[in-house]
Amino acid sequence: MTASPATVATAPADRRTASGLGPSPEVPPLDVARLRMDFPILSRRVHDDRALVYLDNAATSQKPTAVLEAMRDYYELHNAAAHRGVHVLAEEATDIYEGARDKVAAFLHAPDRREIVFTKNATESINLVAYALGNAGRLGPGDEILITQMEHHSNLVPWQLLSQRTGATLRWIPVTLAGRLQLDDLDALLTERTRIVAFVHQSNILGTVNPVDVIVRRAREVGALVLLDACQSVPHQPIDVQALDVDFLAFSGHKMCGPTGIGVLWGRYDLLAALPPFLSGGSMIAEVTMEVSTYADPPQRFEAGVPMIAEAAGLGAAVDYLTDIGMPAIAEHERQLTAYALRSLAAVDRLRIIGPATSDDRGGAISFVIDGIHPHDVGQLLDERGVAVRVGHHCVRPVCQLFGVPATTRASFYLYTTPGEIDALVEGVERAKRFFG
Amino acid sequence: MQTDSMYQEIILDHYRHPHHKGLREPYDAEVHHLNPTCGDEVTLRVALDGDTVRDVSYDGQGCSISQASASVMTDLVVGAPIETALERAEAFLSLMQSRGAGEPDEELLDDAVAFAGVSRYPARVKCALLGWMAWKDATAQAVAQRDSVTVATKESPS
Repeated sequence: MTASPATVATAPADRRTASGLGPSPEVPPLDVARLRMDFPILSRRVHDDRALVYLDNAATSQKPTAVLEAMRDYYELHNAAAHRGVHVLAEEATDIYEGARDKVAAFLHAPDRREIVFTKNATESINLVAYALGNAGRLGPGDEILITQMEHHSNLVPWQLLSQRTGATLRWIPVTLAGRLQLDDLDALLTERTRIVAFVHQSNILGTVNPVDVIVRRAREVGALVLLDACQSVPHQPIDVQALDVDFLAFSGHKMCGPTGIGVLWGRYDLLAALPPFLSGGSMIAEVTMEVSTYADPPQRFEAGVPMIAEAAGLGAAVDYLTDIGMPAIAEHERQLTAYALRSLAAVDRLRIIGPATSDDRGGAISFVIDGIHPHDVGQLLDERGVAVRVGHHCVRPVCQLFGVPATTRASFYLYTTPGEIDALVEGVERAKRFFG
Repeated sequence: MQTDSMYQEIILDHYRHPHHKGLREPYDAEVHHLNPTCGDEVTLRVALDGDTVRDVSYDGQGCSISQASASVMTDLVVGAPIETALERAEAFLSLMQSRGAGEPDEELLDDAVAFAGVSRYPARVKCALLGWMAWKDATAQAVAQRDSVTVATKESPS
């Protein structure tokens, strides 16, 4: 078996060996050159006719033609309001929307398709759980909500608000300067008072992959619910909700080759069935009178209004696309890229990586700072070379405060990223250093 | 190279050697402003002398554009009548909102004309405005405080 040309073409042979790039015995390597052709945007030229080097995948991924075509096909041929009407278009629209639910359920190894709730994005998924728990009166003074210090604001602010509404106490697991959760005191933080523990699977700023099993084991001992923010893991590694053994799992479609405007909440059916609505209106009801209404069973109970059908079509196509390529192969490709990038960046003088230094239990989102140059300036100079990275606090300001930096530069990878693009990043960083002296 | 239009030598000079930097006493008002999308922040103090801006001192962290812009801003407002300084702030704001199409008044804006190129980068406009907005806020507070003290003194029976 040989590595695909695109995987190795631009990395010098010695570094390739050193970084472990090359075929893996378990999964076949991705044919990156070929799959890049599925993404029209990747052939764009930017600024002075430079090739686009897209390293901002933790913010959002690019979309393959199959996803764009599925959405166009829906609007051109099948557009109608799903779950309403008896005409042929309405039936087709319903099939497309519900078909996407089946695809997502299979992708997550969910035991029941009714456990997939479509939302606007992961933020709404998390808010749905926070509001429904509050509406159900499941928390009050003396109860605790546990999160971690590395949560994205979307898995922090909803819990701050829930604690304000209910009187429950918000606590968090601290993060070490190595970028890992400090779990030594887990038993003291996760107790019989904890109603829910909500934490990120893979950090969008540090890249850390957290030990779900350790936290779940303790949560089960004390009877706390577990919500996993899987925005940065579902797109990048095989996910089995039954193996993870969590209660809720939230992610967005647009980070996994799907469109913006659709997210997913997976929840255990019995738990969803016991929760009251979050948003209300059409579609989510059973019987309505002027005085009072009863609600539909999950997932419809949590999908008020005409849903995002075109986006569901796109997400379904994205799931098919990723499944065809193979999530294990994508994960392995990114593991090799991450090891290569960590090694390349560590060799840059004055550069400090914010997050775990090795690819062990770590994903392909790498934050760094350069002594004496603000991330905005790094990002601007990289952009001039066509290299798109994210700069700022990445919606995780507490982590920036912990590491004593106002912001970081973050490069994040996906299935179409090549080692040559990482080389372009490193060259761009060296140039920024020369520019600012 | 395109970045030349943003990273003018004047800007880099102010970034490397900022003017009026550091917090000083006495002052009439202090504000803390931040740019929530990028984490840049500035603490800024204004001292007035009648209708004149006597001193502006500041500290903070941020990119070259935000730091250089704050430095240039202090040159343009310290020692100026409040009215003139506000006029300059307005001129700078319109330059930043011009999306590269502005024709800056060099007499009014002096070194700040170097930021004309920044207006072509919407993501960086907020950086350039951070210090100016902090100054406007602090000055408004200092003026309001002065006026309320004046009114109180006038109304005071003693």
